[in-house]
Amino acid sequence: MLADIAIELLQLFIVTFGSPLLVGVIRKAKARLQGRRGATIFQPYADIRKLFLKEVVVSENTSWLFRFTPYLLATTMLLSALIVPVLTTRTPLGFMGNIIALMYLFLLGTFFLALAGLDAGSAFGGMGSSREVAIAALAEPTVLIAIFGIALRAETTSLDGIITRFAADPLLMLNAGHLLAFFAFFIVALAENGRLPVDNPATHLELTMIHEAMILEYSGRHLALVEWAAAMKLFVFLTLLSNLFFPWGVALTNAPVVLLAAFLALAVKLLLFAGAIALVETSVAKLRLFRVPELLAGSFTVALLALVTSFFLK
Amino acid sequence: MASLFEYILKTPVFTEALKSSDGTQIEVIARAIEERARKRFGRSLHIREVDAGSCNGCELEIGALNNPYYDLERFGMHFVASPRHADCLLVTGPVTRNMADPLKRTYDATPAPKIVVAVGDCAHDCGVFAGGYGVVGPVSAILPVDAVVHGCPPEPWAILQGILAALEERA
Amino acid sequence: MIIDSTIMLDLLFVTLVCFSAGALGALVTARSPTLARIAGHGGALVGAIAAFAFGVAGIAGWRMELNVPDLLPIGGVALGVDRLSAFFVVVIAVGAIPVALYAIGYTCEYAGKHSLAGMGSAFNVFVAAMILVPLARNVLTFLALWEIMSLASYFLVITEHEREDTLSAGWVYFVMTHAGFAALLLGFLLFAHATGTMSFADWSAAAAKLDPISRNLIFLLLALGFGSKAGVIPLHVWLPRAHPAAPSHVSALMSGVMIKLGVYGLARVAFDWLGVGPVWWGGTMLILGAVSAVLGVLYALVEHDLKRLLAYHSVENIGIILLGLGAAMLFQAHRLESLAALALIAALYHSLNHATFKSLLFMGAGAVVQATHTRNMEEMGGLIKRMPQTAALFLIGSVAIAALPPLNGFISEWLTFQSLLLSFQISAHTVNLIFALGVAALALTSGLAAACFVKAFGITFLALPRSERAEHAREVVKTMRAAMASLALACVILGVAPSLILAPLEATVFDLMGAHADLRFNLNAVVANGGFGWLAPLWLALGLLAFLITIPFALRLLGANKQRRYYETWGCGRALQTTRFEYTATAFANPFKRVFSLLYRPNKELDIEFHPESRYFVRAIAYRNEGRLIFEDALYRPLLRMIESLARKARVLQSGSVHGYLVYILVALVALLILTV
Repeated sequence: MLADIAIELLQLFIVTFGSPLLVGVIRKAKARLQGRRGATIFQPYADIRKLFLKEVVVSENTSWLFRFTPYLLATTMLLSALIVPVLTTRTPLGFMGNIIALMYLFLLGTFFLALAGLDAGSAFGGMGSSREVAIAALAEPTVLIAIFGIALRAETTSLDGIITRFAADPLLMLNAGHLLAFFAFFIVALAENGRLPVDNPATHLELTMIHEAMILEYSGRHLALVEWAAAMKLFVFLTLLSNLFFPWGVALTNAPVVLLAAFLALAVKLLLFAGAIALVETSVAKLRLFRVPELLAGSFTVALLALVTSFFLK
Repeated sequence: MASLFEYILKTPVFTEALKSSDGTQIEVIARAIEERARKRFGRSLHIREVDAGSCNGCELEIGALNNPYYDLERFGMHFVASPRHADCLLVTGPVTRNMADPLKRTYDATPAPKIVVAVGDCAHDCGVFAGGYGVVGPVSAILPVDAVVHGCPPEPWAILQGILAALEERA
Repeated sequence: MIIDSTIMLDLLFVTLVCFSAGALGALVTARSPTLARIAGHGGALVGAIAAFAFGVAGIAGWRMELNVPDLLPIGGVALGVDRLSAFFVVVIAVGAIPVALYAIGYTCEYAGKHSLAGMGSAFNVFVAAMILVPLARNVLTFLALWEIMSLASYFLVITEHEREDTLSAGWVYFVMTHAGFAALLLGFLLFAHATGTMSFADWSAAAAKLDPISRNLIFLLLALGFGSKAGVIPLHVWLPRAHPAAPSHVSALMSGVMIKLGVYGLARVAFDWLGVGPVWWGGTMLILGAVSAVLGVLYALVEHDLKRLLAYHSVENIGIILLGLGAAMLFQAHRLESLAALALIAALYHSLNHATFKSLLFMGAGAVVQATHTRNMEEMGGLIKRMPQTAALFLIGSVAIAALPPLNGFISEWLTFQSLLLSFQISAHTVNLIFALGVAALALTSGLAAACFVKAFGITFLALPRSERAEHAREVVKTMRAAMASLALACVILGVAPSLILAPLEATVFDLMGAHADLRFNLNAVVANGGFGWLAPLWLALGLLAFLITIPFALRLLGANKQRRYYETWGCGRALQTTRFEYTATAFANPFKRVFSLLYRPNKELDIEFHPESRYFVRAIAYRNEGRLIFEDALYRPLLRMIESLARKARVLQSGSVHGYLVYILVALVALLILTV
């Protein structure tokens, strides 16, 4: 019991305090690729700390929903941190939801953020909301078909169960379907987290913003929570990608040594993903907004292919 | 694609060390910002640039701050789009009649604590446009200014120095 | 536990008495509108409560049989209750109780303009007929009650008959419901003729002896009839016309409850009367469900009429229910009984959930329409500050229909997903592919539904009012809010503690199919297929609540700045910040219009009015971007044209001469004599 609480707290700690570091590493990698030094990898921590110092300027047009949304976003992300198997396949609270429940938890956050974007009555916010929900809606089928493919082979939709099956029987992963599902999921991760080529997180041009446009009205502690939640979402997505598709290193028991090894393995995998994202962001330009559905349709086709190969290879 | 990657990986890091600019004045007006704010801004400062009617000469220099040579980001500074996200307003230009009100609104939309840095001779005392019919006055006539960077236009180094100086000054 | 009890008969009797009292009471107090609406809807309220008790007792296992031989020809009136009928009675009651309460306050705005007595009595007849339909046990009883239900609802739909679009909507509804009735009649008569009995109880045994052609034909006819009532694409065209035209409390009942009777019929046909059918029955159902779900929500996305948006969402949700039904039929055809039971539970659970949140949403829409006197979302806005409680309740309904945790829509969609995903246990490639497309369709639907309700709630309630009418909106009366609050509470409870309803659902499905579902549940968690899927709704809800409370406290402890200052919205320093800068519903739907332009085939109209002096100055810009309804263009108009041309050709027979008609009668008589002798 005590060990369970300790593991959950550890997971919460890793996701909460590791996510700004992940964002910092991606930014540093991008800076280096651009030929400049860039900020330190701990810069996001400084940003969040400073934001908690600032007052909150709230638009007169908004309602309680605007002030409520940052807390809800942070809540959904922290809750997902408790469910996702970060270190171990024996996540004590993993029974709360399977991978479908996780995706809908993310959708809950997106729903309220989109509402908050509309609340201020500005054109930017509305535009951001409209685009964000369009992309989220179009990414859903890809996610669920990819999950179908994985669940098919692992014969479960429980996150812990999938990793246990794959870790115990690595041959299950050795087919084209697995790789295709990974690519589809990776594209969805880019879309859902507002990364190039779907959305540029560093843009200043409001007409090109998607996620940024919804948070233009936020300031102070609200902005800190929203940005932190976005970092946590990226962290959780990448953790899911690493642990579901490359489960080597995930602890199968809850012994401290194994957990430490799992932590190091996770760090390595996340570092590799951060590098990959930095490479992708540096080499591609942002897609025109109305080309993004084509990208998502492409990833859907890839996921469907993955599923069909799983059916035929059973 | 491969040639692009080859080019990226072969290009070294161009960032140059911060050097003091020669011959440019940086004027700091002592204002009391809370010590905690000063320390936090020292590590992370979000800047919103406002063009209050300038000729864009200063904007070009400010824009250069983002390139690999000057690399603003290594000091923890970052340009943002919305004043709600900003800690520092970087104002250029003599304040024209049309921009006086928007400038004030931008300042009011920025959450406290905040600092204002006026860049360029025009921002200091309207420069060559002093006395023009379309000009209201220098930035200090509209907003409380923390630091002024003289020059027409000032070098990017000077602008950086100006911002850093505004943060270092003790009340 | 099967108890043949007179208590059930008494409850039924009480129910009918209440509804009759309501109907008569409304007519008797016709002179006083206030008394009429209180009497009429009050009677319906009490009747619905009695019906709810009746339904709950029925699910608990209590039975009842009522036969009145001489009231109707060929078998008389036969009523009986089993768990499935009782479940649907509960669904109807769950919708009818709050709506009746709501109607007491809502109909006051019709006083003086329309007959409240007529509305009240028609309402009672409507609800009573709906409650009796699932209890019907022979063909004529069923058809008679079905027809009474359709007629009563028709009269309620055309309440506001001074508006032209209401009359045309009523006409389309009338025609479609009778087309469905004709299909049902044909199907039932064929079935009765093939099995030799008009009584439903004897059909399931007799159906095994039918030849495949008859079975398929009967299935198609009955599916057509029930599908048109449910609003399955392409038989849905009456839904988006009739539901907005009707008064909001009637829309709530029609959308939340009446279309479920189509689902009841489909469930009876597939699992009780016709027995296990070939694979293509379930496959067709699943595909139609997928198509309805996706197309329904896509049409909803581009609507600005709040009520028509909600009507299209009903089409979408019927699609989701049909996904579950189709999956159940497919599993049954492959002898996977426990999975079939799971899928059926998902479908029935979604029926109940849809009744709760759709009625809630329609009631909220009615409140908004009453306060702002417009149905057009483009004229609303800022209502969250003027109607805070309605807004909060509408928000709960929106979160529920978007299938977001921790509310009830999420639970039933989760169950539907689980049953669709479990299809990997079937090893037929075509079926697997159909299921895969079903999963994709369901996922797309839920994403788009969330997007649509961001638009519906956001444009209607948030930011600034876009018109004078919205600016002067005021909160509605307490009874209306109480009615909505009760359904919102139901949404929360059904989402946080699904095991409360899963137990009776399991019993119902066992009753119907004879198989236990592959589902374990208690107050803590729901487990599908022994570990294939886990869900702990209560824990999720508590977790959300816990974090929501601790995060602000933690921030306060860490010394975060607590100050809050109010200022204008950031408009790039613009001096003028009016409501014209807000995002509109048309703009919000634009990305979807572009992506799915193949479906919408939008007609873009751009009218720019220039200043007479110079083309550089624009006076006004009018932008219209409307879609075309493909089913009307592609399916119904050609069909109607064909019927018209056939009718024109048949006019030759109407010679107008009495002698000609006498010859026709002679020929018909001779033909009948030859055929029967």
